Amino acid sequence: MGADDAGSSARAKHRRRLLGAALALATPGWLPRAEAAARTVRIGTTAVILEDQVSFLDDWRRYLEQRLHGRAVFVQRGSYREITALINNDSLDFAWVCGYPYVANRASMRLLAMPLYHGKPLYQSYLIVPRSDSVTRSYADLEGKLFAYSDPNSNSGFLVPQYLMLRAGLDPQSLFQKTFFTYAHRKVVSAVATGVADGGAVDGYVWETLALLSAELTGKTRVAFKSPEFGFPPLVARASISQRDFVAMQDVLVGMSSDADGRVLLRRLNLDGFARDDPKTFDGIAQALAYVSARMRLPQ
Amino acid sequence: MSNFLPDGPALVASESERMPTAWQRPRLGRSSRPQLPFRDLSYRFKIPFSVSVVILVTALIVSAVVVVRSYQYLRADLIASAESLGKTLSRALTPALLRDEMWQAYETIITPFDAAGDLESDRKTIVVLDARQQVYVSSHPRVFRSLTPLAEVSASHGELARIVAQSASEGPFVVEGVIPNHIVVAVPVLSDDGIRLGTLLLTYAESVFLPRFWETVRQLLLSTLMVLAVLIPLGWYAGNRMVIPLVGLARAMRRVSSEPPSSVGADLYLGGDEIGQLGRQFQAMLRELEDKQALEREMIMSDRLASIGRLTAGIAHEINNPLGGMLNAINTCRRHGNADPVTARTISLLERGLLQIKETVAALLVEARLESHALTREDLEDVHTLVAHAAAKKQLAVRWYNWVEGTVALPSTLVRQVLINLLLNAIQAAPARGLVTCDVRVAEAALRLQVSNDGRHLEPEQLERLFEPFASDTGTGLGLWVVYQIVQQLHGEIRVSNGPPVTRFELSFPLGGEAMRRGGQT
Repeated sequence: MGADDAGSSARAKHRRRLLGAALALATPGWLPRAEAAARTVRIGTTAVILEDQVSFLDDWRRYLEQRLHGRAVFVQRGSYREITALINNDSLDFAWVCGYPYVANRASMRLLAMPLYHGKPLYQSYLIVPRSDSVTRSYADLEGKLFAYSDPNSNSGFLVPQYLMLRAGLDPQSLFQKTFFTYAHRKVVSAVATGVADGGAVDGYVWETLALLSAELTGKTRVAFKSPEFGFPPLVARASISQRDFVAMQDVLVGMSSDADGRVLLRRLNLDGFARDDPKTFDGIAQALAYVSARMRLPQ
Repeated sequence: MSNFLPDGPALVASESERMPTAWQRPRLGRSSRPQLPFRDLSYRFKIPFSVSVVILVTALIVSAVVVVRSYQYLRADLIASAESLGKTLSRALTPALLRDEMWQAYETIITPFDAAGDLESDRKTIVVLDARQQVYVSSHPRVFRSLTPLAEVSASHGELARIVAQSASEGPFVVEGVIPNHIVVAVPVLSDDGIRLGTLLLTYAESVFLPRFWETVRQLLLSTLMVLAVLIPLGWYAGNRMVIPLVGLARAMRRVSSEPPSSVGADLYLGGDEIGQLGRQFQAMLRELEDKQALEREMIMSDRLASIGRLTAGIAHEINNPLGGMLNAINTCRRHGNADPVTARTISLLERGLLQIKETVAALLVEARLESHALTREDLEDVHTLVAHAAAKKQLAVRWYNWVEGTVALPSTLVRQVLINLLLNAIQAAPARGLVTCDVRVAEAALRLQVSNDGRHLEPEQLERLFEPFASDTGTGLGLWVVYQIVQQLHGEIRVSNGPPVTRFELSFPLGGEAMRRGGQT
């Protein structure tokens, strides 16, 4: 089944899953491979990782297929919101989402694994400005300027800046002359680098990884401010996932750091590995969300 | 008198020193005319040069026209492609403007830029204005900052903003001359229901198409040079071909003063065009000049011979008078005196001397007053017999052609004298075992004598003084002088053809009563 029509009909998916379950029941236990081969794992990705790593996703898919003994499909969408919607209606089995949508949709998502960045499942939101701007140190310094957010459903690219500005007594909606969304962290870097925006909020991990890959683009920007640490965008499963599939996937992910192929993939992601679920990691985001939503209306 | 006298190169050369001034190169009043550039340059260079200049000027004009046209085409091309790009972009921009998606608008307008470097240069800029002529987004945000009124960018952009604001056009329009050295194509961004959401401005530096323009110019220059490399030598060749007859004519004219006219005009171009006509005219003039020179030579020679004749006649007359007296005195002395032997011998000596003087004078002054009958064939045959002995001594072959029948109305004594003198001369001039030819006939109302020999041809100096008395150091030196006088008296003509292979004397005596009468009476 192609990835593109994945969201076309939830009913169809439901039927397929039932069929899969019936097959599982009918298949003798000594034929696990055949049973597994009939399954397809659908994984959604968002701009939490660099979206144009098609070759990486291909390699990662092959790695997962090998270890899960089944087909895997990566589903990419333009915004966080679309991925969130897909997992909410069970069109995806797993997804790599931002901490903010996870916190906001805990009912329909089950925390699967937490990427380890510099050894911790934590990252920061960066305030970046053009390299030519050597003055700006905080959001307040950008009063009356053009500001770029990545995605209205992004933690580091939207929620954290809102939270920090509100905490600092600023009004995020009137502080800047204008704000706009680029719907990808990388494009926030581009917007600031080219001068379309005077400042932008970007995922610190994405900026650092970009700096490793193409210092040319990040070199045109300067990190003016780094936020406190928040929970790194996690991998989640739909709430309705079977325990067996959940564990199988979790084992594969956590085991990546302990085999050579997995380490190669992790290095390409600029990550150290995956940790098992610890929902407490996202308490900071939950706190911020609560704080912000109490003071302003968040875009959906 | 109409004597034909010997011709020869030396004679012509000596005569031509007295060339009439009319033949000299005309002198142009150089000081009185304005100086023209290259006026003194040969047509050998002028015509090819002019042809080359015409080719060059044509090539330059054509090239200039092509350059100007290609500039216009490139410019029109640029505007056309800008308009088409603008229409495409404006359609894509409509949703972004409607939903206020600034980044989407930016990503739309930077699609025409190939590389990052393209965005750095300001050769092409794309600006999206909102409905109030504020920059919404631009390809060069550092110059055209979002949400800045376009008028604040520069004064000329203020003018541009005013023009855009006033325009009610629903399609693309070109704004030229507002932004210096830039062409602006403005494309309204319209919503589906025709509301103007904003305006897309595509600004191109004119330098955008300059590289293509210079490439065109370079190629044009190259092909022009190639064409010139072919045409100029061709033109030079054709021009040269055209001018060759003229140059030949000029060279022939220059040679007139230093060479005989007959050798000057030999290789002239004689086509039907103007230069050919000039050549023919020039040849006709050369012929006239030659005739004139020959005539002058004859006149000079005749004048000289005539004065020699007058001189000798005068001397002969002065000698003859006392000579007659002295001879009479000797006669008287011999008849009446009884001279002793010594005196008698002396008187005899004197008489012989005086008689020799008389003969010489008679030879110098031919006086044809002897009674003479009309010429007959036999008279001529007698001459043949007379000279046969001299010819036999040198073992010469004599070809004798006597065509005369009956009598000819000319004094036989004089004609015989002429023939004898000419034959003796010929026999003397011919080499041993040589050939002497004599031909006598009556034709065209004249008696014609031809005597030729195969001896050494005459030197120019000999020719010049051929008929003068004592000009020759052989014989009496009077033979041809006598011939000349007789011919003159008989109104005849002499023509000398000076070999090789033969030296020929041709004489003709007109037949008529007057000659016979004169010959008979005088």
